[in-house]
Amino acid sequence: PVDSKNEAAMSELVPEPRQKPVVPMKPMGINANLLGYIGIDTIIEQMRKKTMKTGFDFNIMVVGQSGLGKSTLVNTLFKSQVSRKSSGWNREEKIPKTVEIKAIGHVIEEGGVKMKLTVIDTPGFGDQINNENCWEPIEKYINEQYEKFLKEEVNIARKKRIPDTRVHCCLYFISPTGHSLRPLDLEFMKHLSKVVNIIPVIAKADTMTLEEKTEFKQRVRKELEVNGIEFYPQKEFDEDLEDKTENDKIRQESMPFAVVGSDKEYQVNGKRVLGRKTPWGIIEVENLTHCEFALLRDFVIRTHLQDLKEVTHNIHYETYRAKRLNDNGGLPPMTVETEENHESNL
Amino acid sequence: DHEKQYVGFATLPNQVHRKSVKKGFDFTLMVAGESGLGKSTLVNSLFLTDLYKDRKLLNAEERINQTVEIVKHTVDIEEKGVKLKLTIVDTPGFGDAVNNTECWKPITDYIDQQFEQYFRDESGLNRKNIQDNRVHCCLYFISPFGHGLRPVDVEFMKALHEKVNIVPLIAKADCLIPSEIRKLKERIREEIDKFGIKVYQFPECDSDEDEEFKQQDRELKESAPFAVIGSNTVVEAKGQRVRGRLYPWGIVEVENQAHCDFVKLRNMLIRTHMHDLKDVTCDVHYENYRAQCIQQMTSKLTQDNRIESPIPILPLPTPDTETEKLIKMKDEE
Repeated sequence: PVDSKNEAAMSELVPEPRQKPVVPMKPMGINANLLGYIGIDTIIEQMRKKTMKTGFDFNIMVVGQSGLGKSTLVNTLFKSQVSRKSSGWNREEKIPKTVEIKAIGHVIEEGGVKMKLTVIDTPGFGDQINNENCWEPIEKYINEQYEKFLKEEVNIARKKRIPDTRVHCCLYFISPTGHSLRPLDLEFMKHLSKVVNIIPVIAKADTMTLEEKTEFKQRVRKELEVNGIEFYPQKEFDEDLEDKTENDKIRQESMPFAVVGSDKEYQVNGKRVLGRKTPWGIIEVENLTHCEFALLRDFVIRTHLQDLKEVTHNIHYETYRAKRLNDNGGLPPMTVETEENHESNL
Repeated sequence: DHEKQYVGFATLPNQVHRKSVKKGFDFTLMVAGESGLGKSTLVNSLFLTDLYKDRKLLNAEERINQTVEIVKHTVDIEEKGVKLKLTIVDTPGFGDAVNNTECWKPITDYIDQQFEQYFRDESGLNRKNIQDNRVHCCLYFISPFGHGLRPVDVEFMKALHEKVNIVPLIAKADCLIPSEIRKLKERIREEIDKFGIKVYQFPECDSDEDEEFKQQDRELKESAPFAVIGSNTVVEAKGQRVRGRLYPWGIVEVENQAHCDFVKLRNMLIRTHMHDLKDVTCDVHYENYRAQCIQQMTSKLTQDNRIESPIPILPLPTPDTETEKLIKMKDEE
């Protein structure tokens, strides 16, 4: 849980605290300024209050072979134990025979903003001997969330705020082989980049030197491009020139982010930092010269969180919806008669 | 040292707002009431525009056969980087005829049409650029010359209170002295209660708001219905230039809260409750319309209204080229 009282640290990174709308308190002499000011800009403040009250949903999925540090990374991102680390397969636990989907929800609060964060883990992905089609349960899960939302949307008496379980972001963990992507990586991303925002990350990046990292990233970027894989932020959804410039830089230089995660703290230069202690030095997770964790965090949380949700809603979900409506001849989906709702006989 | 605790999603409201500012906002305001109650002047005063420059006022004879029209004016306003597309829906002719039976029908029809259009758009395939023309608020002008609500006022408000947010106003309040205004407000409040009229309710204040805000909120609620005066002429008062009306006995200052409730109305409408007015329109009035529409379309009565019924959806409008492209793309995929 995060301590929201850290004004000092936050003031550098968070824009100035919200202004109260300008409203004259009691009858006073005419203020010359009021002659020309309507007050339309205060609608921003009205919206802000509203959104702060209702809170936000954010659903992030992690995909990658076991042992690539997925849970640790997510815990580091959100500074809390939001994902349960697997300590390896002991004798009692078996490697799951198929890919499982495990969604765990947490409510975290910071600066008065409440986030209902759901981390969706996919244990078993890529761990089998035969990994053919192991992305299918994942694609199925993602589509099921779209379906759930669609059903709520077409309901007669629908909720004011439809609960959003759709996957807003999928972090795909690439193994730091230093060579190239693996066929499984390509297969997964090819299939899933069409239904969800995929953010590829290079896991456990502390196994590569700076040159190795740069070369590997270049190779990966090239491979993704050659295979027509559009990862987030997708070029075709840049809204304007400002977005395009910002996103081009991210797409062509920063991504895929080479990350290191850790939930242990060490003392470095008088500061306590998250890191990994090796005989040859301490790897500082949030030090940009060591790894790109901070870039990933800023990207996903501090600048593009809302956009991830919007692309999911306006593009991926709409694509799913359009297909469903078309398949159904223009009709919204009907309830299939099941035991639970057989009273709703069509 | 405190960096450790800081994740950074408190910036989310800013991310949301950055996008909204880029897109801009829209707001549709309807004004209704007999002619000559100062509706146009008030709208001009509220938004510092001159929407009715080329208006031609009809005389009584010309108005004998006039029916209620719906006239839309749109203006783009920008302030401090925030863009607002404001649409004013005017209802000339309302209440002017000799026989005003059901003179509100063109108005309720108009509101319903906007709901219907939105419903179609929302249910269609291409939802990218849906235009929201739904009426977010209706300012209803009550004459200050009566003793409260007139029958046409009651009937109008009852016909519309479940379709739009009604904000009743006492028009041309400068013809009343303070005690008369107090009495009239009380009378109108009683009658609104008595006739079961559901006017727009200001939402409850958050408990964590400061005292100043809570006090303002209380004053707002106690002042309803707002007694307003409008003016677009600037006069000199107390050595200052103010918006007002010059009488031999003194100057009425529009923005002086001791003179009228214009400031309260403007603040409520634009600076504090604009977003809520839109929310209530979407979440309550539109949803009611939609639910009714769907119910009507399905001939069966469903007991539990959370259960889905087959929706023979409204026939989709003929797809435009963009939608057709989209469908083709999906087919090819």
